Amino acid sequence: MKIIIVGCGKIGLSIIRQLVIEKHDITVIDKSQEVINDVTNNYDVMGIVGNGASYSVQKDADVDKTDLLIAVTGSDEINLLCCLFAKKAGNCNTIARVRDPLYSKEIQYIKDELGLSMIINPEYASAVEISRLLRFPSADKIDTFAKGRVELLNLVITEESPFVDKTLIEVSKRVLSDILICTVERGDDIFIPNGAFILRAGDKITIVASAVNSREFFTKVGYDTHQVKDTMIIGGGRMTYYLAEILIKMGIRVKIVEVDREKCEDLSETLPKATIINGDATNQEILIEEGIKGCDSFVSLTGIDETNIFLSLFAKTKTEGKVVTKIDRISFDDIISTFSLGSLIYPDKIAADYIVSYVRAMQNSIGSNVETLIKLNGGRVEALEFKIHKGSPIIGIPLMQLSLKRDILIGCINHRGTIIIPKGQSVIEEGDTVIVVTTKSGLSDIKDILE
Amino acid sequence: MNIAVILFTLGRVIAIESAFMVLPGIVSLIYKESNWWTYFAVALVGMLAGLLVSFKKPKNMQFFAKEGFASVGLAWFLISLTGALPPFLSREIPNYIDAVFEMSSGFTTTGATILTDVEAMSHATLFWRSFSHWIGGMGIVVFLLAVMPMVGGVNMHLLRAESPGPVVGKLVPKMKDSSQILYFIYIVLTLIQIISLKLMGMSFFEAVCTSCATAGTGGFGIYNSSIADFSTLIKWNVTIFMILYGVNFNVYFLILARKFKSIFKIEEVRTYFIVIAVAIGIITVNIFKMYDSFGNALTDAAFQVASIITTTGFATTDFNLWPSLSKTVLILIMICGACAGSTGGGLKVSRVLIVIKAVRQEINSFIHPRSVKAVGMDDRTVDKAVVKSVCVYFILFALIYFGSVFIVSIDKYDMVTNFTAVLATINNIGPGLEAVGPTGNFAGFNYLSKIVFIFDMLAGRLELYPILLLFIPPMWKKH
Repeated sequence: MKIIIVGCGKIGLSIIRQLVIEKHDITVIDKSQEVINDVTNNYDVMGIVGNGASYSVQKDADVDKTDLLIAVTGSDEINLLCCLFAKKAGNCNTIARVRDPLYSKEIQYIKDELGLSMIINPEYASAVEISRLLRFPSADKIDTFAKGRVELLNLVITEESPFVDKTLIEVSKRVLSDILICTVERGDDIFIPNGAFILRAGDKITIVASAVNSREFFTKVGYDTHQVKDTMIIGGGRMTYYLAEILIKMGIRVKIVEVDREKCEDLSETLPKATIINGDATNQEILIEEGIKGCDSFVSLTGIDETNIFLSLFAKTKTEGKVVTKIDRISFDDIISTFSLGSLIYPDKIAADYIVSYVRAMQNSIGSNVETLIKLNGGRVEALEFKIHKGSPIIGIPLMQLSLKRDILIGCINHRGTIIIPKGQSVIEEGDTVIVVTTKSGLSDIKDILE
Repeated sequence: MNIAVILFTLGRVIAIESAFMVLPGIVSLIYKESNWWTYFAVALVGMLAGLLVSFKKPKNMQFFAKEGFASVGLAWFLISLTGALPPFLSREIPNYIDAVFEMSSGFTTTGATILTDVEAMSHATLFWRSFSHWIGGMGIVVFLLAVMPMVGGVNMHLLRAESPGPVVGKLVPKMKDSSQILYFIYIVLTLIQIISLKLMGMSFFEAVCTSCATAGTGGFGIYNSSIADFSTLIKWNVTIFMILYGVNFNVYFLILARKFKSIFKIEEVRTYFIVIAVAIGIITVNIFKMYDSFGNALTDAAFQVASIITTTGFATTDFNLWPSLSKTVLILIMICGACAGSTGGGLKVSRVLIVIKAVRQEINSFIHPRSVKAVGMDDRTVDKAVVKSVCVYFILFALIYFGSVFIVSIDKYDMVTNFTAVLATINNIGPGLEAVGPTGNFAGFNYLSKIVFIFDMLAGRLELYPILLLFIPPMWKKH
């Protein structure tokens, strides 16, 4: 597919990185020569220096032959203008990043009137993600498939877990729920385990299950499955506003600590139900005074990564509750993930993921069969959702008789809304969607999983 | 320096060169010549060695600009060294350094020869010489990118190291598509010329060899008299095709994409044609009295101008005998060279344009010390970094040029010969003046001079840096 990306900041780069792997024809427009030099040196894309909202620059980028334009510059207005022109000049699909809460109230109107295909708000998308984690605090990360009916959950096997030194067969006998452990990360290695695999303390595992079963599984193994009762949010930016709004609707008590007086006053007007504290959260006294010890959950959302990391490390020492840390800079993610910071939220990565999944859906309508693709374990494992079309070679054959490639696992079958965790005798039928977990990348059709 | 990934790239390049080497082997079988085995043997060994080295992808694919320069620089040394093996093994060129000179002259599309009698060569070797022009013209690494693209930044660093011009870009977003489009244009132009030359009365073998040598703007002839003994019609055919290959290939891409308006905006191409027209005009008037008709004078003037500015090096007449004015014009266009992004060599018209504009701006700043003015081209501002790198390129070029002349002057020849011989090799032209003129050759130079010429040819074709960096020790530090 031919794609134009306007603006090459953090989100732009994340999108480019993923879409290049998926072999799209990408043209990048940015007004800085240096940024363009950098991106064309590192990725197989074409770069154009200029203002993406200018018609002549868009024409240089062949907008009339383009399928999709993604506008992710720092300015909402330029993004919208880019999409408006591209729509008129090239009649292509358009995605804009719009982050001002003022516009976000009118998002549906803007989208319809300007003919945009999608509007992405990284702060709002991240707030949704955090709210999902707070609803289910035992999991480190939750991804969903099949419109939310199937969940992929990450959790760490602790020392006292009943699973330590057990094989997977023993585990499944003990919990008796319909779940499947699909990846195990141990140190630097990643395994797609079979039944004889023995779990150890410290393993990071991913399980696939229907939404109901995953709750049941967590209860059985002794984790808490209730949503948190209250939360403390540090920082009073846009993301805090979105998050607090969602949490209050869920019935969670929200306390916000913000250093700036004016921001506090604004928040107190827009969020009358929240408790707003005007104080510097880097002062430990204030956090203790405001009851960090008794908090069910702690979310650090200040604008400075370092502060967020320190706050979360501090919170980890004071409370048993769920800790969520927002990180803006993606480049050190492998190092940050080694700290014990609870769940990590990368807003730009989340926004990029949303856009990439939209691109995949578009691609579907012209050939490929991947419905959803989710990267796990720092991008080393992929979970893909395939739609099974008529004539596929795997229809009607019990799974145990299929000769699958190495390191491929069929995680789940969605049979007309019923979620089946596959056993050897399970059969895939036409119209099902299937979730495949693999350490290989580049699968584009369900028949790619066969030898 | 990531040695593993460089070896991997070199392995693939050698495999491709070996595949190409099968063709002269077949030519030799067709003409029932006894040296067929040399081509097949080298091709087989090269293929095996290449595949062996590049069989397993290195774990660490870290690839920065310096890996790109090193890969391309070494690749060109390597293809010259291996390409020289067949004619050496069959004793057609009994000296290995001579053979390497001949083949680097071929791959770099120079067309300078150490052979005193070209017609004594076997058909296979004649074809291999001409065909090496064709391979080297568009670039063997660009070919590699068209058939086996690599991941991410590798592509761009390789392309930049091999392609000529101050700014190197892609035609379309994907490197693989971009290189395929370039080779498609290249192959179509070559086929058109082969067919047209055949129709104009050349034999099939002559047509293929001449077309390959024209396409790469190389200039190896298959006769001692180069193109002189062919009909006027053929001379004009070659003249026109030489000029076409000297045009930036972006123009043909724009024609394919039906963007005719943008073509006229390219300042470089406009200047290129103006320079050609002016040079032909001056020389025709200047040499007119040596010819019996205006037509013949024009034919020879146009042919020589096209041959020299595109750095091809074919000849229809001995321009050593021309008056000084004409010879000076030829030397000036030797330095200028063809367009960036073409198969021609030289400093490139766009560089000359940028330098002239930078000079004008500098002079202007003496008159209006506070004036702010950017250097512009094609209605766009040229990045300051590009202007600077072009100026530095000129200086570096001059340094290498004079250094080479100095070493070559140890040899026995006169100054005009030395100066033009180095110019003819570093700008990939082929013939110079006096002893290395169109009727002469490079056979009489000593080995030291020949090695300097080999270095100059490779450095000139790859635009200095890839070859130069190979000799800088910090390049090879592990990281």
